[in-house]
Amino acid sequence: MSVDCVLGVVIEHDQGETKPVSLEVLSAARKLADQVSGKVIALCLCQSANLEADLFIQHGADEVCFLTHPDLQHYVHENYSFALLRQLEKSSFDYLLVPATNNGKELSAVLSSQLGVGVATDCISLSVNTEGDVEAVRPVSSGKAHSTIRFRGKKPHILSLRPNIFRSPPLSRQGETIEEEAQLPELSQRVHELVKQVGSQLDISEARIVISGGLGMQGPENFKLLEELAETLGGAVGASRPVVDNGWRDYSNQVGQTGRTVSPDLYFACGISGAVQHLAGMSSSRCIVAINSDPNAAIFSVADYGIVGDVVQVVPALTREFKKILAS
Amino acid sequence: MQIGSLCDNIKVNLNFGVGMKIIVCVKQVLDTAAQIQIDNGMVVSLGSSRIINPYDEFAIEEAVRIKEKKPDTEITLLSLGPEIFKDSIKKALAMGADKAVHLMDAKFDELDSYDLARVLARSIEKISYDLILCGRQAVDLDRAQTGPALATLLDIPFVTVVTGIDFSDDFQSVKITRQVEGGSEVRELPLPLLLTCQKGLNEPRLPSLKGIMAAKKKEVLTLSASDLDIETGDNRVVEKNLCLPPERKKGIILQGTYDEISGELARLLRDEEKII
Repeated sequence: MSVDCVLGVVIEHDQGETKPVSLEVLSAARKLADQVSGKVIALCLCQSANLEADLFIQHGADEVCFLTHPDLQHYVHENYSFALLRQLEKSSFDYLLVPATNNGKELSAVLSSQLGVGVATDCISLSVNTEGDVEAVRPVSSGKAHSTIRFRGKKPHILSLRPNIFRSPPLSRQGETIEEEAQLPELSQRVHELVKQVGSQLDISEARIVISGGLGMQGPENFKLLEELAETLGGAVGASRPVVDNGWRDYSNQVGQTGRTVSPDLYFACGISGAVQHLAGMSSSRCIVAINSDPNAAIFSVADYGIVGDVVQVVPALTREFKKILAS
Repeated sequence: MQIGSLCDNIKVNLNFGVGMKIIVCVKQVLDTAAQIQIDNGMVVSLGSSRIINPYDEFAIEEAVRIKEKKPDTEITLLSLGPEIFKDSIKKALAMGADKAVHLMDAKFDELDSYDLARVLARSIEKISYDLILCGRQAVDLDRAQTGPALATLLDIPFVTVVTGIDFSDDFQSVKITRQVEGGSEVRELPLPLLLTCQKGLNEPRLPSLKGIMAAKKKEVLTLSASDLDIETGDNRVVEKNLCLPPERKKGIILQGTYDEISGELARLLRDEEKII
């Protein structure tokens, strides 16, 4: 089969553990490749080629390229951009897709400005136009509007894809695996230490289910109710801006225009009135449940299911019922 | 020999004696509380106010705090945008920045992220600096590219999404805390470098009355594309369409006791939505 288009996907992993969003990006690349007679190459920078190549192939890679080096335990942008640029010089790529994580976004900026090519951040929808070129939809103002963009000029065109949007089940497929030694630069910076936050393992932007609390939670102590619900459902706990500004929760959990924009399968807004900034940050969730004592709260305008009541009483009832239904 | 060592001394003084030079990149955006409409492919929000991009405020605040610790610091604002951006420049000067460079030219409208970084880099080339502070992204275009792209073009180290900045006693190196999904990491780097600031770094101050008065006398240098001798207009990313997001279908309010509602919701999420 002749290949008309080569799509590279940068795999993000944490000390050898593949981030789920990497598989989503592979799936998205596969869907594009199928429309343009394309080939998907997973680019995986790691210490040794012991990551699950089969998993990458099942999610859409035709080729898995391990670029290995003892110093590639952690992501450091200098290492990644240096090694990837050499790879992009060796063989030509039409598109480069990366996860729209903090790492992926800065990596896309470095590669785009070193290569002088276009980049689209945080894409939520991809398509192929009549000329056979990829177009992307990306939210602006945290999703208050959607911008459809196309690329011009030099390739590869770079896209970062938002987590949770492009999930697809694995397929039974064949592919090949190659391994090369990565070339790394003299580092001007090193990761001094990696301090992992304890508690919430799952990041709100990557969680399938997000349970957020607002001022209606009445105090930081009541967030344990949300943590219990999150634990029951395998979700992560988020917060509205006033909650973060009050110091009840850490800012890294803030959902909204000045926090994180999330698109989970299921979003619980608990005691959140629904300020414009908050709605912008979560209204692209697939299903929204809102719990609020005020029946006129703006949050109900975006909710699929609304519960009018005291959130501190409703949430434990929900946890009980979810436990029941999950056990049955 | 003597002249050589004299020159070396002067160089040392230039680098270390004059204090730290900080550049802060500032963008003006629509108030985050604004509801928006789309008209002719443009975002409009009649009557809504404009604000300093919230993440850029963390950058300004951090610069002012450094100056408070190290009074011989000089803070230069760098802003690219139309005439109306003067409001934000004035506010940032009132917060404590010393002067500003305003890059203003119709040719600078709607630059893609690469060209925007090119223009900023060109304007910085001739200025000496030890530290460049940006916001982690602008809350209108949400591209998160300007900071790291600018650092790449200037060929200096950078760290994005910074929540902690801790200088060594001699201000020659800095320990940076960076937010990553689900955690954080700490890096130590020498100056010069560029950082993009994230919420949690500090609490931006409101300008004082004294600051507002002082800002009126501060220098704002306006530069155009021809002043910078730079060509633009070859965007690599072009917007084809801008629209409001699809409206969500109207939801339902569940009725009954909390236990009944909860049981019904659990069933709906499993059987209808197939999420749990």
